[in-house]
Amino acid sequence: MKFMPPAVRFQNVSRRFGAVRAVDDVSLDIAPGEFFALLGPSGSGKTTCLRLVAGFEQPDEGHIEIFGETAEGVPPYRRNVNTVFQDYALFPHMTVGENVAYGLMIKGIPKPERERKAREALAMVKLAGFEDRRTAQLSGGQRQRVALARALVNGPKVLLLDEPLGALDLKLREQMQEELKTLQTNLGITFVFVTHDQGEALSMANRVAIFNEGKIVQIGTPSDVYERPNSRFVADFVGSSNVLSPEFASAHGGRPAWTSLRPEKIQVASPFALVPAACASAKGVITSISYQGATTRITVATETQSLVAAVAAGSPFRKGDTVTLIWPKSAMMPMEDNA
Amino acid sequence: MTALVEIRERRLSGALSDLLFARPQLLTLLLLAPPLLWIGIVYIGSLFALLLQSFYSLDDFSGVIVHEFTLSTYGQLLEEANLQIILRTVIMSALVTVTSAIIAFPIAYYAARYARGWTKALFYLAVMMPLWSSYLVKVYAWKLILAKEGIVTWLAAQLHLGWLLNGILALPVVGGPSLSFSYIGTYLVFVYIWLPYMILPTQAALERVPANFIEAAADLGADPGQTFRTVIFPLALPGIVAGSIFTFSLTLGDYIIPQIVGNSRLMIGQAVYTLQGTAGNIPLAAAFTVVPMAIMAVYLWMAKRMGAFDVL
Repeated sequence: MKFMPPAVRFQNVSRRFGAVRAVDDVSLDIAPGEFFALLGPSGSGKTTCLRLVAGFEQPDEGHIEIFGETAEGVPPYRRNVNTVFQDYALFPHMTVGENVAYGLMIKGIPKPERERKAREALAMVKLAGFEDRRTAQLSGGQRQRVALARALVNGPKVLLLDEPLGALDLKLREQMQEELKTLQTNLGITFVFVTHDQGEALSMANRVAIFNEGKIVQIGTPSDVYERPNSRFVADFVGSSNVLSPEFASAHGGRPAWTSLRPEKIQVASPFALVPAACASAKGVITSISYQGATTRITVATETQSLVAAVAAGSPFRKGDTVTLIWPKSAMMPMEDNA
Repeated sequence: MTALVEIRERRLSGALSDLLFARPQLLTLLLLAPPLLWIGIVYIGSLFALLLQSFYSLDDFSGVIVHEFTLSTYGQLLEEANLQIILRTVIMSALVTVTSAIIAFPIAYYAARYARGWTKALFYLAVMMPLWSSYLVKVYAWKLILAKEGIVTWLAAQLHLGWLLNGILALPVVGGPSLSFSYIGTYLVFVYIWLPYMILPTQAALERVPANFIEAAADLGADPGQTFRTVIFPLALPGIVAGSIFTFSLTLGDYIIPQIVGNSRLMIGQAVYTLQGTAGNIPLAAAFTVVPMAIMAVYLWMAKRMGAFDVL
């Protein structure tokens, strides 16, 4: 079998802006064909990482490879990667078709061929027949598709997406998430996308890198980072989580370490309920109930700390009720990082 | 029961506010009436009077204006001498416009893309400051600079380039006894005087090109030259066209610069000046003024046809 280099490799990459280390000693391998998410709050360095791959930024330190080729010093127009920009950056003086065919025109591909390829690319993103429209006439979702077609028509080895769905409304966003996933599976191209939306990252990506203050704090599959967060930052950022103190955790059958406990793992029961052997429990009083459609979040003050439980809507409890919280001991995830 | 909304005591000014609030069109009308009257009567009105004059003619024998509609005055424009004046002015205006655009673009590009904070302030100061001083003073200053005893001749001599200057002045048509008595001199002063009118709209247009368009072009494989040709320049074009409308029409109509710096051959502005003054030939003067208007109308139509305003 032929050795396949990683699609994108970062080795101890740093990028500084003045005194700020936007990207701080990041090492990362993205395998060919992966759908990889860079997740983090704004200012955490995820977008700078994407721009380092695209070539808009050059690293101050470290080494970047794209499919085994050294990338630092190579300008963006010599890299076989394409970007879908956050606000799409469609050229207003060109039609939709000309926008999509732009990369092919630059490569000098003859007009009939590039028009045919642009038509195919537009059909792929379900915009067949939009060639002659002006970009100003398109809705947000359509612009997004045009931006996608304009990038994909060049046959990039890596497709970079910078908050691609950020400007769309919820319904459209969910639909595009599905379509992007299908597209990625069918094309087999490596997708690297930046998002601050943990739901988006978890639902779309094969693997997620979570950024905080220029560093990667955890890399793993969506279920890895969700089920086994390695730090309070990850536990808190990727879905909200109950962070149990070491004392509380050990008193309830866990390890004496800071421990993550997901709200949906906790059941709310009457104070007289029986607790199965493999489960831990705590008594407390409901301090608030927040209705969120499919689920209801119930905050319960136990003797030592408050816990949030997410239960299916329609629970019979009221604010002020005394309840027992029950959760499997295995749901308590001790975290390495005590910070 | 208490009222839902406490109604304040109504005063006269309050009544006016209420009226304008209820009828926003009235407010628009009030605000627009003075400028509309100004443009309508003073501008369009006088333009119309001018147009009317151009359809009258001058009785060659008595020197009296004949108030009868005729196209004979326009016919006179096609006489060799008058056609020369028009051609000369149009060529000068075109050259001044192209030169201004070429000089203005890098300055505007720098100001729009790279200048920040104090460098930006310096840019605006440098571009605007010449506009604060009197136009006449600047033109006379140029006359001195370009004169035979002026600084340009002196500098050329110091650099042992006197032969070059003399060579340029010896050129047919554009040369002359000195720079201040040649087409080259007129052209240089025109470019200097109108340059800010080209820089500012170009800069404004470039300012509106988002940085990520340039990144997007690079991302799609365009090297800096291709990015310039396919993205930056087309998007800056409306600004350049706006600037060229200024430089072109200002040069077409100017009569002071060619009078102070240049040879004795007339441009349209000077022709109008002489015809309406000493010659008293108002109809022909009016017909001459219509020429720049017609040229600008054709120019704008062509610019629109070529899609210069599509991005607006």
